[in-house]
Amino acid sequence: MNSIIFTAAARLLVALLFVFSLFMLLRGHHLPGGGFIGGLIGAVAFIVYSLACGPAEARKALRITPEVIAMLGLGIALLAGMFSFFMGDPFFTGQWYWVGGDSYDTAAFSVNTVLVFDIGVYLVVLGGILSLTYAFEEET
Amino acid sequence: MSWVLVLPIAVPFATAVVAYLARNYAAGRWISLAGSGLSLVVSAVLMVAVLNEGVIAAQMSNWRAPFGITLVADYLSAVMVVITAITGLATAIYALGEIPEETERLGFYALFQVLIAGVTGAFLTGDLFNLYVWFEVMLIASFSLLVIGGGKDRLDAGIKYVALNLVSTLIFLSGIGLLYGVTGTLNMADLRQAVAQAENQGLITVIAMMFMVGFGVKAAVFPLFFWLPASYHTPYFAISAVFAGLLTKVGVYALMRMFTLVFVGDVGFTHEILLWVSVLTMFTGVIGAAAQSDFRKILSFHIISQIGYMTLGLALFTPLALVGGVFYLVHHIIVKANLFFVAGLAQQYAGSTDLNRIGGLYKSAPLLAALFIIPAFSLAGFPPLSGFWAKYLIVKAALEIDAWFIAFVSLLVGLLTIFSMTKIWGMAFWKPHPDGIDPTPDRAPARVTRAMIVPIAGLAAMTIVIGFYPEPFVQFATTAAAQLLDPTDYVTTVLGVQP
Repeated sequence: MNSIIFTAAARLLVALLFVFSLFMLLRGHHLPGGGFIGGLIGAVAFIVYSLACGPAEARKALRITPEVIAMLGLGIALLAGMFSFFMGDPFFTGQWYWVGGDSYDTAAFSVNTVLVFDIGVYLVVLGGILSLTYAFEEET
Repeated sequence: MSWVLVLPIAVPFATAVVAYLARNYAAGRWISLAGSGLSLVVSAVLMVAVLNEGVIAAQMSNWRAPFGITLVADYLSAVMVVITAITGLATAIYALGEIPEETERLGFYALFQVLIAGVTGAFLTGDLFNLYVWFEVMLIASFSLLVIGGGKDRLDAGIKYVALNLVSTLIFLSGIGLLYGVTGTLNMADLRQAVAQAENQGLITVIAMMFMVGFGVKAAVFPLFFWLPASYHTPYFAISAVFAGLLTKVGVYALMRMFTLVFVGDVGFTHEILLWVSVLTMFTGVIGAAAQSDFRKILSFHIISQIGYMTLGLALFTPLALVGGVFYLVHHIIVKANLFFVAGLAQQYAGSTDLNRIGGLYKSAPLLAALFIIPAFSLAGFPPLSGFWAKYLIVKAALEIDAWFIAFVSLLVGLLTIFSMTKIWGMAFWKPHPDGIDPTPDRAPARVTRAMIVPIAGLAAMTIVIGFYPEPFVQFATTAAAQLLDPTDYVTTVLGVQP
């Protein structure tokens, strides 16, 4: 698509979409939302970029192929689930560590496997959607 | 304890990730092989745990049943997981010889491991919606494996396969929705009580039929089987062996689970339908096979006919019939996967799978001929191979309740199976090659032959062991069937002791 308006707008849009997708990812682990929707929005950002600059350029911006991103995401999600093994809990039990307090109400923030799992989901969705759309775009 | 149940699913997934990242190197295939070996080890650990404790269950994420996802293994689940791992390992070895490097680079091994993970998950889950998810995992992986490597035939087969399987999962999903609406739970153990107490038993029967149709498409029973012979003859032989061995059996397993655990309120109606469906499945499958002249198409139709025996074991619904059904399930996976392996090696030697265009294999590859005879005759039910005991149990169960006609049909189908097997034997092995060439093993590289013959010989050895020493296997199947008919253990292990 060779529209100068679209190309110029795409720069703004892509940046905004990325910030929004990260926001959705982070917001999700305490409240509804999370990795899946964040991954979709992140994928939309790349799709807008590839529509503006062409799929070859978009692939270059991604650096690694979307399939590898999806697979890495699957691996991260799996590791997040397996982590509870060391704590003697069943598979996928969330492990929470509070910083600056000892519960949700008092702590400044928390480190937990739930967010790691969501990052895995984010990458799976991002990689999966992008491998599909890039394949379609390059076909034509 | 809970990790025993998780690892058979987690190991193939982890293998898939690593194998995909290493897909461009030779290491990829060895990682897949090692992962399949590890899967077999963790499945064996699961089997030992089940043998020691009867039924074991684990609540994922510590969410108590019936709210969270439960993984359960009773005897039937455990044996299915082990046999899946064995088939997976055999295929991983076979694939070393068959799969070309371009296909490996497309991520063949990752897809294959995901397929194994999906099948294992379906056998272990104790939650209906989770079962649907595993069906989808299997469908995605199997569709990709069906079309990988390209070609018009494969795409054609893939479209038919995926379209019909989507219809099946859609019906299954609608059934899940209705069932949840009626009972408010999807945990299978919890459903047993909830379904029995439901006010509207008529609606329950309707839902049961939706499940029967949904699983029936997966299991390829009459009249829903037409996707199977349309698609199983096109992919790589390693893939069609896994499909033939495992995929339809997941449907049979799901039928067995749901129609012994949950839908037992109106056995006279639901199981009667299943009974006649089974009889027709056996018969149409074997008749369909008689009309074919392609190695793999004959075998595909025989899958259908054999599925009929397994669902027959469920439909007769006596203790002995279920023993036969479980025994048949295990025996059939080994034998059928092996026959597809043999077809692949025969193609390497003779250049085709069309029986009119090959021949002379007996003279030039006697070892392969011997290794074909074992699963082929086992399939037909020749004593003393494993198939004989499987058929014996089913027929005896039918005679026990004076179902003469059904016993007669199952024996007749056995006879017709011999007809098809001797047709393959005569045309592929005995008659001289029509092009006058000698299909020597030298036509395939030594590396290919070695990788392919090992799993064939291994599975044939298992057939012989089960055939000559069936006692422990029948005992095992007896316990499995007892657990199916009286799932008190299953329910209390999942839900805890009820007040």
